[in-house]
Amino acid sequence: MIEETLIPKVGVITDVRKDTPDVKTFRVVGTDGKKLFKHMPGQCAMVSVPGVGECMFSITSSPTNEEYMEFSIKKCGCVTEVIHSLEVGQHITVRGPYGKNFPVEEDFKGKDLLFIAGGIGLAPLRSVINYVRHYRSNYGKVVIVYGARSKDDLVDIEEIQTEWMNEPNMDVYLTIDRPQEGWDGHVGFVPAYVKELGLDPNMTAVLCGPPIMIKFTLAGLLELGFDKSRVYTTLELRMKCGVGKCGRCNVGDKFVCKDGPVFRMTELDELPDEY
Amino acid sequence: MLKIAKERLNELYAKIAESMGLFIPIKKAGEVNYHVWGEGKEVSLETLKTVKSPKNAFFPASENLMKFKTEGKNLEIIDVRWDKSEKPFVIFGVKACDYKAIEVLDKVFLADPVDTYYQSRREAFTIVTLACSKPEESCFCNAFGVDATAPKGDVTTWLDEKYLYWQPNTEKGEALTQIVADMAEQGGEAEVAAQQAATQAIMEKLPFASLDLSRFQPENLNELFDDPAWEEMSEACLGCGTCTFVCPTCQCFDIRDFKTHEGVIRYRCWDSCMYSDFTLMAHGNSRTTQMQRFRQRFMHKLVYYPSQNDGLYSCVGCGRCVNKCPQRLNIVKVIKTLGGKDND
Repeated sequence: MIEETLIPKVGVITDVRKDTPDVKTFRVVGTDGKKLFKHMPGQCAMVSVPGVGECMFSITSSPTNEEYMEFSIKKCGCVTEVIHSLEVGQHITVRGPYGKNFPVEEDFKGKDLLFIAGGIGLAPLRSVINYVRHYRSNYGKVVIVYGARSKDDLVDIEEIQTEWMNEPNMDVYLTIDRPQEGWDGHVGFVPAYVKELGLDPNMTAVLCGPPIMIKFTLAGLLELGFDKSRVYTTLELRMKCGVGKCGRCNVGDKFVCKDGPVFRMTELDELPDEY
Repeated sequence: MLKIAKERLNELYAKIAESMGLFIPIKKAGEVNYHVWGEGKEVSLETLKTVKSPKNAFFPASENLMKFKTEGKNLEIIDVRWDKSEKPFVIFGVKACDYKAIEVLDKVFLADPVDTYYQSRREAFTIVTLACSKPEESCFCNAFGVDATAPKGDVTTWLDEKYLYWQPNTEKGEALTQIVADMAEQGGEAEVAAQQAATQAIMEKLPFASLDLSRFQPENLNELFDDPAWEEMSEACLGCGTCTFVCPTCQCFDIRDFKTHEGVIRYRCWDSCMYSDFTLMAHGNSRTTQMQRFRQRFMHKLVYYPSQNDGLYSCVGCGRCVNKCPQRLNIVKVIKTLGGKDND
């Protein structure tokens, strides 16, 4: 039969991890027990529960994981509500990979990298951070700044504390919005924290999180002397097809599904302000 | 060139329909649209504009994509794609503007990764076009480089009081010509040339004969996007979506699931960028006002699509939106407001 991009593959949920009160991470393989398809960091996949709907999610696991894929999904709408009720063994559908990845093999190679995430914004960055860890010698110093509403809202905290914080030449800074019992780390919003840290503006930066965080963090980075052409982010708009045909995820003449979701800040500057 | 006597047209339709499905403009409940031909149907080749464009033939208003069978936690996907080897089709009487619109759709659906639903229909169809001889006031195809008197297609035809003139252009067209050959006789060049000249003379006098599109260039994208004129132009828009459904090039679609007693059917259907939920997500909406949605539609046709497709506009000047908008908004008004200095 001829391949058709809209026809998905059947995936099996093999593990469900509750990360935060409203984020769960789902591990998925094909019905043959193997990984469904290859991808690169930053690429996305359409996940669906037939009868409920299909949505685009970033693939959270690193491409270097050859056994399975993971999706960290926040419960915030009709489809994600149902996805959160799914258990191990449940079949779902997955199609992809879609979109352009982070330029890990081109622009990132040999560079010092700064990753800044807010809340569920860590999901797409986890893929690229673990990719960089896997090919550690190809990259310079790595700095990660990650913030969430509370300590309970930090996604993948276990992996961050046991693995990322012990990785050589990799600094991890965590922050939460308000003081909380049992938290002796930094308290404050990500944009302010980034400015406080006085980061080296020669790093290549990747921002991911709520639009308001991106806006203020970018302003902070520019004040520190960062160059916009070395700052990347990801966009998220309504999608149905994933391949630039259904006509809804465009910003100007670019489709987020096809030309994104990864954009350089200088590319975004050229697009109309409608995202 | 061949010609077929007008009184033999019914015989011609019957002959084609023996071996192929024939879609042709047919009058039903007072409206002319493309329907499957059958004996006794009221064919109306003379109708200049079918209410709906022929895009339905390749990109139906609604089509099933796949089925899902569920059993406990298990899921099976059933491919329900139509097998194009089942039966070939002919679409007859396609006007030059609507043919150009198919070329516009091809760039979307046949671009990598190919949409196989569209592709299989496209390949199964032989397209017979019909030159216009009586263009109306709302026509402006010439502004988009369309020659209404010489449409392309697998076969081009011209109709006058006595004959249907027939010119095959492709292999598919030659194959169809074989089927109808015994009804045809040679000749018609002079009659066709005369009709073309007469139609051209009408085209030049039409009210929208000279629209200036010169400002719609990719390099003006942001300037056009930020133009304050969008507010006033879109004020009356009801967001009904009529323009998008009658438009031969509008291709936006939705994908939805439908639960039946036999499992879930995933289908796609036409959608409209004019609707408020078109871009609505759980966490927000990128186009919250009707002005933004109105702007999206025209920017897409006149700037975004050409920017992605080597300057080809996604409007063919058929004028359906001019005739059908309940608020008398249309692309001509947008072109006249933003298009360039030579619009008066």
